[in-house]
This record gives sequence, structure tokens and C-alpha cells, in this order.
Amino acid sequence: MAGATETKDDRKYTKDHEWALTEGDELLVGITAFAVDQLGDVTLVGIDVKVGASVNAHQPFGTIESVKTLSDLFAPVSGVITRINAELEKQPELVNEDPWKKGWMIAIRPSKLAEEQASLLDAAAYRAHLEASAH
Amino acid sequence: MRKTSLYAEHVALGARMVPFAGWEMPVQYKGIVDEHRAVRERVGLFDVSHMGELELTGAGALELVSSLITNDPTRVADGQAVYTCCCNEGGTILDDLIVYRRSPENMLVVCNASNRDKIATHFARAAEGRVSFRDASDATALLALQGPRALETLAAAGASVAVARELKSFRFRDAEVAGVPCTVARTGYTGEDGVELFAGWDDAPALFRALMTAGKAFGIEPVGLGARDTLRLEARLALYGNDIDDSTDPLEAGLGWTVKFDKPHFVGKEALLRLKAEGPRRALVGFEMRGRGIARHGYPLLDATGETIGLCTSGSPSPTLGKNIGLGYVPAALTAPGNRIFVDCRGKSIEAEIVPTPFYKRAR
Repeated sequence: MAGATETKDDRKYTKDHEWALTEGDELLVGITAFAVDQLGDVTLVGIDVKVGASVNAHQPFGTIESVKTLSDLFAPVSGVITRINAELEKQPELVNEDPWKKGWMIAIRPSKLAEEQASLLDAAAYRAHLEASAH
Repeated sequence: MRKTSLYAEHVALGARMVPFAGWEMPVQYKGIVDEHRAVRERVGLFDVSHMGELELTGAGALELVSSLITNDPTRVADGQAVYTCCCNEGGTILDDLIVYRRSPENMLVVCNASNRDKIATHFARAAEGRVSFRDASDATALLALQGPRALETLAAAGASVAVARELKSFRFRDAEVAGVPCTVARTGYTGEDGVELFAGWDDAPALFRALMTAGKAFGIEPVGLGARDTLRLEARLALYGNDIDDSTDPLEAGLGWTVKFDKPHFVGKEALLRLKAEGPRRALVGFEMRGRGIARHGYPLLDATGETIGLCTSGSPSPTLGKNIGLGYVPAALTAPGNRIFVDCRGKSIEAEIVPTPFYKRAR
């Protein structure tokens, strides 16, 4: 499907289809266009962590539900939650409309970025991951 | 994995194909919500060729079929169809069916794809030595054309005006649509007006394309299994394997209206009479989520103290109502609309309220 495999060069990715974009000393976290395309119409974004809470890399921070399915959302890195996108509570469809920007979910101040950096994929590696999973 | 004769049409329309009951079927094309709205507001076209079609013919076919189902096809005229349960001796549900009475000597039984082998065996055994049985599923395609503009679409595709307009609910007749010989039935699984069209397996692509072309003026969309599920849930139409199965009986499932106890005999009658006399222990009810959460098949239902009182059998966002809705079994004492229950959404207890069903009823 057109657009579903779009990636952005300005950010890093996980194999679970989250993206992480550096903004000052924070990482903004959302899910990729591919993930959104797989889910279909997003109807509920449930963020289970609070601002100030600590998260560990690869641990779930919430769930995203479409009409048909439910998926866990995983923290790409360890750190402290600094912000949560409260708009998504009222307008979960923002994730469909603009997964790269308005559909961001949480911001994390990373605590172990130096050691965890290597586990994140750049855009080229993420594209390769998408191609590999398509076969 | 089996493919219907419309597989190439689905792929060309950009469908996402998924496995369903041994078939590769379209779950969505543009998106579940868009397709759902198309059916509620305009018209949608579904491929449901995976469903099973069983034919019973010969003297006594009507009586034989009647003995295997809870509803009574002897009470309707030729050219009429009945929705029914098919139970085992224990009174629980083997499948839900639509039975088409072509004549007392020619009966068509449409069953769920997931139950085809079980029901074909059940009917074939009963037919042995009495009437002819044929599993016509591999030769029969089934399309559903549903929505307020469905009849106009059918007429535009070349069905005679008489077929398109005069066919009453649960009536069917043979007709030619766009040059393709079909059986057209005023039935469906969406809570919307519309028809279902049986055609030869290899004729289906031509029929599908003709309906898509004729429906363009009315805003037709192809519709996948995803929206089929949300549409039927809003209309509180049971889904076998979710809301009903061989551990549930028609009375507790709210399908008591399909059980005709005045028939002299049918499989499961004694057990159902006993269940009726005992009164229901539980019932399938509809609920709306009051808290932020979506109930899903298999989630426990709880009372205010956190005790498990039942199970959610179907749950989804309702595109028409803009609410999250569900069906589930609760104890008979707790079924009244307005009662509060809780849904265990993966460890989070979310409040819900029992509401009358159907959730959605079309204006007539």
C-alpha cells in the first residue's frame, strides 16, 4: 500500500515499529506509518505511564487499539517520562492522520542512551527490517 | 488456504487478505470505518463465497430439514427463507443457518464456513436413504449487496425492477442480474436493507464487477470481513464461534424466537423444553462501555466487587454510535438494562452499562 512503508530520516526506529525523535534532551516517541497501516482505524490510545515515571527499554508503556485489534506500545529506550500527548485521549485518529508528528505519544528523557543507542535502527535499517518481514 | 473466485478482484481493489475459516478473505479495503459507513449510508458489496451451501432434494426434503433445525420451514411458503439454529440432542448450537424453501422437495441450507464440514456431515447422515444430499459450496458463490441504496444498485445492474423492488424481506427468487443467472434473496447480516446473490462459482467475477460499476453512482464500496463484523454487532446478529457455539443454547443466546416448540419433533427439542422449564441461568446481553476501554471476545465480565460473572463474547468500537459496545453472557438476575458491570480489559476494570439491543436499528 502506498505510503505504508514511508520512513523519516530524522529519527530512529525499533523493530516493534516505534519511532524516536530527538528534541532537545528528550526523545519523542510514536509509531510508524507501517504500524498505523497494519492497525487500521485507531480508536483508543491508552498511555499507562505517568509523567515523572521511569520506564525501561522494551517495556510496554501503553496500548493502542483499532477497530479490530490491540497492540502494546513499547518504550524504545529507558528513561523518565517528561510529557504525554493528552490530545490522543480525545482524538486517537491523530495517529492515523499524522503518525509522524501530531500522533506522538510520549516524551522520554533517556537515562541510558549511550548504551541503548546501538539497539535502535536508523531509517535505512528500519526499511530493511520492513522488507525482510514482508517476505 | 482456499481462495474464492473473487480473489483477484479483491487484490486489484487493494484488499488486505487474511486467513478466515480456511479461506483467504478480504478483511478490509479502504478501512473498516469507511466501509462500515458506506453500508449504513449508501451501499457496500461483500464476497461471502466462503459460506457453505447444502442442497437437500426429493420427497420429504422439507420435513427432513425441519427435523434438524429449531425454526419451522413448513410454516412458510415456497420462495421464503428462515433464520434458524441447528442444535444437537443436548440443545446447544451446532450452527446458525438460513434455510431456503425452494419447494418442499428442494431445500437450500446456508451454513457458516467454519462449520461447513460439521453441518454437511450432520445433514448428509440424516439424509441417507431418505432424500438426496449435495454439498454445493464449491460450485456456489455468494455476494451480499447491503445498504439503503442496495436495491437501486441491483436495478442499475440490470435486475428487473420487479426483482429489485418487490422482493420482500426473507423472500428469494431466481433472476438474471447483468446477464448472470442468480438467486436473489432479501437477506443479509448487516442490519441494513439489501440482498444476497447466489451465483455460479465462475460467474461471480462478472457479477461482482457489474455490481461495482452499477453502484458507482450510489457511492458503492467493497466491504471486508472487518466491517461485516462491526455491522452485524451493531445489529446484534450473533456470530458463531463468538456469541454462540456448542456450549450455548438458543434460549440464553436470545434466539428463543427461532425455536418452535409446537413442531412435533426436532433434534434438541427435549433438552430445550427442559431448559425452558428450568428458566435461563444466564443470558446474552448488550453493553456499552462507560469507562475508557474496548471490550474484546474472551474478556471477563465482573460485578462491582470484582467477582467474575460472565464473559464478553463480542466487543468493538461502534462506528455508527461512536461508542464502544459489546455482547456477553451474564447471570439471569443481572440482565436488566441500566445495570452496571465491569469489563476486565487486560487487568484494567472498566465500567460498562447493560443496554437494550439491537444497538442500531435502521429507520424504515
